[in-house]
Amino acid sequence: MMVYSTSFVFNKENLLAAKNIIDRYPKGKQESALVPLLDLAQRQNNGWVSNSVVDYLSEMLSVTPIKIYEVASFYSMINLKPVGKNHVQVCHTTPCWLRGSDKISEKCTKMLGVKNGETTVDGKFTLSEVECLGACVDAPVVQINDDYYENLTEDSFEKILKKLSKE
Amino acid sequence: MLQSKNKIFTNLSGTDKVDLASSKKRGDWIDAKKIISRKPNLIIEEVKKSGLRGRGGAGFSTGTKWEFMPKQSSKPKYFIVNADESEPGACKDRDLLRREPHKLLEGILYACYAVGANTAYIYIRGEFFREAEILQKAIDEANKDGLLGKNALGSGFDCFVHVHRGAGAYICGEETALLESLEGKKGMPRLKPPFPAVAGLYSCPTTINNVESICVVPAILKRGADWFASLGTKNNTGTKIFSISGHVKNPCNIEEELGIPLKVLIEEYAGGVIGGWDNLLAVIPGGASVPLITKETCNNVKMDFDSLKDVGSGLGTGSIIVMNKTTDIIHAIERISRFFMHESCGQCTPCREGTGWVWRLMKKIRTGEGTPEMIDDLYDITTRIEKHTICAFGDAAAWPVQGLIKNFRKDMESRGKKKLRNKV
Repeated sequence: MMVYSTSFVFNKENLLAAKNIIDRYPKGKQESALVPLLDLAQRQNNGWVSNSVVDYLSEMLSVTPIKIYEVASFYSMINLKPVGKNHVQVCHTTPCWLRGSDKISEKCTKMLGVKNGETTVDGKFTLSEVECLGACVDAPVVQINDDYYENLTEDSFEKILKKLSKE
Repeated sequence: MLQSKNKIFTNLSGTDKVDLASSKKRGDWIDAKKIISRKPNLIIEEVKKSGLRGRGGAGFSTGTKWEFMPKQSSKPKYFIVNADESEPGACKDRDLLRREPHKLLEGILYACYAVGANTAYIYIRGEFFREAEILQKAIDEANKDGLLGKNALGSGFDCFVHVHRGAGAYICGEETALLESLEGKKGMPRLKPPFPAVAGLYSCPTTINNVESICVVPAILKRGADWFASLGTKNNTGTKIFSISGHVKNPCNIEEELGIPLKVLIEEYAGGVIGGWDNLLAVIPGGASVPLITKETCNNVKMDFDSLKDVGSGLGTGSIIVMNKTTDIIHAIERISRFFMHESCGQCTPCREGTGWVWRLMKKIRTGEGTPEMIDDLYDITTRIEKHTICAFGDAAAWPVQGLIKNFRKDMESRGKKKLRNKV
C-alpha cells in the first residue's frame, strides 16, 4: 500500500551526502546508488519512503519510478509505509529462538500493546519480528533503529523500552 | 588446539582499539609495501599454495578463484568483499568488521593488486549500520595514511575502496544476487555461466570473496603459505572462526584450527552444553543451510569441510547451533523453513512456491496435524526444490528439512499420533 505525502527534496546536508554516494560508482552507473539513497531519503522522511521520495529519486538517478518501487519493495529495510519513531525489530530465527526470543516479543506486546507489524497509537514504536540479524552468539538480539541490543533478558529489554518511551 | 602464536585474529573479542595506530601495533599493514612489490602472480601462487578455501560457505580455493580473472582486459576489473553475513548462526564477519577492520582493508589491497582491480566494494548487510561506520572510519584513515587510494603505498597501484550497504535481503549473500543488488536492482541471482570473473559487476571481470577469506590473506603473505598449510588438516588448512550459539553456557566466536573436534570447541570454548554433554540433542554445524547432526555424530566429528561432508552435513560458515534436549527439534527446523520462505527471492518457481509449502507442512507436523504421508510429501517437495533453482538457495532450503526427516522421523510421526490419540 502506498501512502501519499507532500513533496520531498534532500536537505542541504543530505544532498551533499547523496552526491558523495553517487560518486562511489563509475560514471553512468548512478543506478548503483539507488538503495543507499532510498535509505538516506527514508532517514530524512521519518523512516519511510513515500511516493514523493520515489519521484524525487527517479529524477535524480534517471531511473523510472516503477523500477524504484520494484527495488524498494524487495528489500525489507525500506519501508513503504510510516513506521514508529523506534522500529523495534525482534530477531526470531532459530539461534535467537533457542535463547528465548519469543519471551522478548511477548514482553514487547505486553508493554506496548502492539503485535508484530503494528505501531503504537502515539507513533513511538513499531514492532517487527525479523529474520536473522547476524549476531547469534549474542542472542537474543533486538535491533532498534540503527542499534543492536544483545544478550537480552525480559528485564533488561523492559528497561530499554522504558528508557526509549521517555525520550 | 591452536597455539596463541598462530592466532591471526588477536582482537576478535574486541579487547583492543581498532584505530589505525592500534591495528598497526597488532601487526596490520606491517611489510605491506614489501608485499605489493611482489609480482601479482606470485601473490596468487602463495595464496593457492596455502590451501585457503573460501570461508563464506562453499569452500572453494581462494587462490584459484583469483586465477580465473583475465590477465588482460579492456574493461575495468572489480574486487568485491561479501560482507552480507545473514546465515542463521553466522556472526563471525560482524566481529571482524568491527574489531579487525584493518586486516580486511589490508587483505583487500593485496587481493586487488593480485587480480588487477583498482576499485573494491565492500557489500555489507544494511542492518550492520554501526559496523559500516567503523569500516568507513578505517577506510578514511587508510586513505589519509596513503595505504589505500591513489598510488597506494607509493607503489603506483591505485586502490579505491568503498562501502556499499545493503537493505535487508539474505539472498544478496549469493554472489550474483549481490552483483545485481550492487547495480541497484532487486537481488535476484544470475544464471551461471558467465561467471563473475568473466562478466560480473557492470559486466566487467569481478572477484567476490568472503570477509574472513580476505582477512586471513595478510597473515598468509607475511608468514608464508607453508605456515598456514601447517595448521588444520590436509585439504582443510589454516584457522577458522567458529560461531557457537544456542544451548551452550558461553556462546562465542572463536578462532581455531580446521579439523578441531566439535566436542572440544563446545566444551573448551563455549562452556559446554547447558545441562551437560549428555543433554545434547543435535547440532547444526555450519549455519542454517546444512543438515543437522545428532549427538552420536557430535561425539567424534571434526570441524572441517571434508569431515562434515562425510557425515552428511557441511562446514558451511562454521556456525555451530547447539540444541539440547529441551529443544522441540521440529519447531527449531520449522523456524529455519520459515526463514527460507521469507528470504526466497521469488525468481524460480520451485523455490518461491516450494519454500512456502515446506513451511506450512512443517508447521502442521509441529502442531501435531501431521501424518506419515505428509512427511513423505514434505520430503518429496524438498527434492523438487533441490537442484531445480538458479542458485544454491533451493538446496539450502531443502537440506535442513531432509536432515530432520532422516534423523527425527519417528518424533515427527509420533507427534501426529499423539494428537490423534488425545482426540479419541
